[in-house]
Amino acid sequence: MGSEFVQLSLTPILIGVLAAVACALPGNFLLLRRQALIGDAISHVVLPGIVIAFLITGMVATWPMILGAAGAAVVAVVMIEAIKRLGRIEPGAAMGVTFTTLFAAGVLILEQTDTSSVHLDVQHALYGNLESLIWFDAVGWGSLFDLAALAGLPTELPRMAVVSVIVVVLLVLFWRPLKISTFDEGYAATIGIPVTVLGIGLVIVAAVAAVAAFDAVGSIIVIAMFICPPAAARLMTDRLERQIWWSVLFAATAAVAGYVLAGYGPQWLGRADSVSAAGMIATVSGLILAVACCVGPHRRAR
Amino acid sequence: MSALTQALTLGAGYNAALVTVGAALLGGAAGSVGTFMFLRKRALVSDALAHSTLPGIAIAFMVMVALGGDGRNLPGLLAGSAISAAIGLVAVDLITRHTRLAQDAAIGAVLSVFFGFGVVCLTAIQTMTAGRQAGLETFLLGSTAGMLYSDALLIAASAALCVAGVFILRRPMTIVAFDAGFAETSGISVRAVDFAMTSLVLAVTVVGLKLVGLVLIVALLIIPPVAARFWSERSERVMLLAAAFGAASGYVGAAVSATAPALPTGALIVLTAFGFFAVSILFSPHRGVLAQIVMRRRTSVRVHRRQGLLALAKDEPIYDRMTLAVLLREGLVRPDGVMTEAGEAQAAHASRDEARWRVAAALFEPAALPVRGDPLIPIDGLFTDDQIAVIDAHLAGAKGA
Repeated sequence: MGSEFVQLSLTPILIGVLAAVACALPGNFLLLRRQALIGDAISHVVLPGIVIAFLITGMVATWPMILGAAGAAVVAVVMIEAIKRLGRIEPGAAMGVTFTTLFAAGVLILEQTDTSSVHLDVQHALYGNLESLIWFDAVGWGSLFDLAALAGLPTELPRMAVVSVIVVVLLVLFWRPLKISTFDEGYAATIGIPVTVLGIGLVIVAAVAAVAAFDAVGSIIVIAMFICPPAAARLMTDRLERQIWWSVLFAATAAVAGYVLAGYGPQWLGRADSVSAAGMIATVSGLILAVACCVGPHRRAR
Repeated sequence: MSALTQALTLGAGYNAALVTVGAALLGGAAGSVGTFMFLRKRALVSDALAHSTLPGIAIAFMVMVALGGDGRNLPGLLAGSAISAAIGLVAVDLITRHTRLAQDAAIGAVLSVFFGFGVVCLTAIQTMTAGRQAGLETFLLGSTAGMLYSDALLIAASAALCVAGVFILRRPMTIVAFDAGFAETSGISVRAVDFAMTSLVLAVTVVGLKLVGLVLIVALLIIPPVAARFWSERSERVMLLAAAFGAASGYVGAAVSATAPALPTGALIVLTAFGFFAVSILFSPHRGVLAQIVMRRRTSVRVHRRQGLLALAKDEPIYDRMTLAVLLREGLVRPDGVMTEAGEAQAAHASRDEARWRVAAALFEPAALPVRGDPLIPIDGLFTDDQIAVIDAHLAGAKGA
């Protein structure tokens, strides 16, 4: 049991938890700034980004894909701002125009290109492939101390870990200005905090987290984790510090419980195969939010 | 005749023609209903609604298979999608009304969770009846390939019903979208109209699932109204224009996609709609980017002309290049910087206007000034002759003293 767990389930669970937490952390601020749907928009435009990166480089490699996706996220944010300002259109509609158009362009280019030889399709973009990120070289818990085996870890794990650390470090470094500008932008500006730069920086950090997570777990988890854990946490407390901790707890719980339910749940029901882990993680995060909506101590506006 | 003109003139086969007409009707209905959602600032509610159709499709498939029927029966799948979309909509409403979470958070939560659950159901189907699932994925991005004649007929007929629904309800929906408070006082039940509006959005979404796909159907509800908004300030015209844009997008997109296999219907419809949007934001006469640039340029020329004339009147040198260029082009100064006859006349006029404005601002209450703080407008037409006489008397008095 132990060796099989380490080989098949340990890395997907770790990657799932890291991806969930990396998205939930910036999600807290996006939620409080009424920009929750930025995460939705970003995860839609990631598709054209990686498709174009694939067209340019001709291969499915990590870094070109991440760069392409990040570039697409920046294009989307600029386009939303341009439509909002130049056309004087409300933010929701500007966002709707932008992400559907870019997503449609991605779908069209993808259909027009021959990607049958590589693993790049819309389904993969939506669901990810968390289950396939197994650790072949592991033979048991002892492999955690075996350098040769560690070298065989799926590359998604160290990448996701690095991105998570970056997100946490940035959060700690910019905690005070971020907190002040989130709650009172006018006051933040008067005491000399560059609120515009900070706002754009937040969106970029969110995009980086989304892109890194997207590659491993697909866009469903990304959208769900940007919104559900912070939203549930918001109903638990009035203090931002506690809200962050709650959201991390919820995100990690959803990742672990979702993975386990997807992998073993069907067996408990007497069925042979497993279901999508990404979808189940999103579902569990929704259940957590539903419970918080019903019993969360701070669920109502005062 | 090329494949494209053939498709555009509905000559690419019976099914393709039905689908094209159906897509045009659907686009028209989506554009007009979408206008009301857009004006009510609820554009993205339809996104939550569209994504929450997925579990319904999958569960309907499982139920139909369990009952021994054909899982791919389109009416059955659409009924399932409508039920789960309605549940998603209720969830958005409950979260927004009963918790302190904002609407955008509720939308994002519902769309991601329902979609995630739908994917779980899809993978469950994959293991349940291997090979028979084919077709459910086409609901994600829309596909008209291999569509049955009865399906095409169902889509075209329901799209026509949506158009009829919008037509019947257009008056109350316009009033509610424009001014909900006024609607309430004039005896229209805002709740009932909102319900009808949302039901129409639901109907459009469900009908469009097979054509456009659930990820992109929301585009048909958002982009045409946003594009139409650039052309008019009247809600009824915006609605008609949005319907026209939507219909044209549906027609062209569906026809083009029928010409070759690797042209996904949904994506083409959305990109055509975006084409209308791009033309609108750039070239529409008042709100368009080009029109705004022209307007800003005109204002700047007016300011430079006025400042230049005032400087000339006071015999002050002009250093600003733009000012000199404006005066030169209009023949008010000679290239060596000396006033022409026309320039002299206009400079005198400008300085008198300026002096009168200064007196007027001191003399009258700010609220009594016809145009607040825009001394670029010639004063003669704004004040009555009596008022001008008073102003001039003060001017003369000031000079005498």
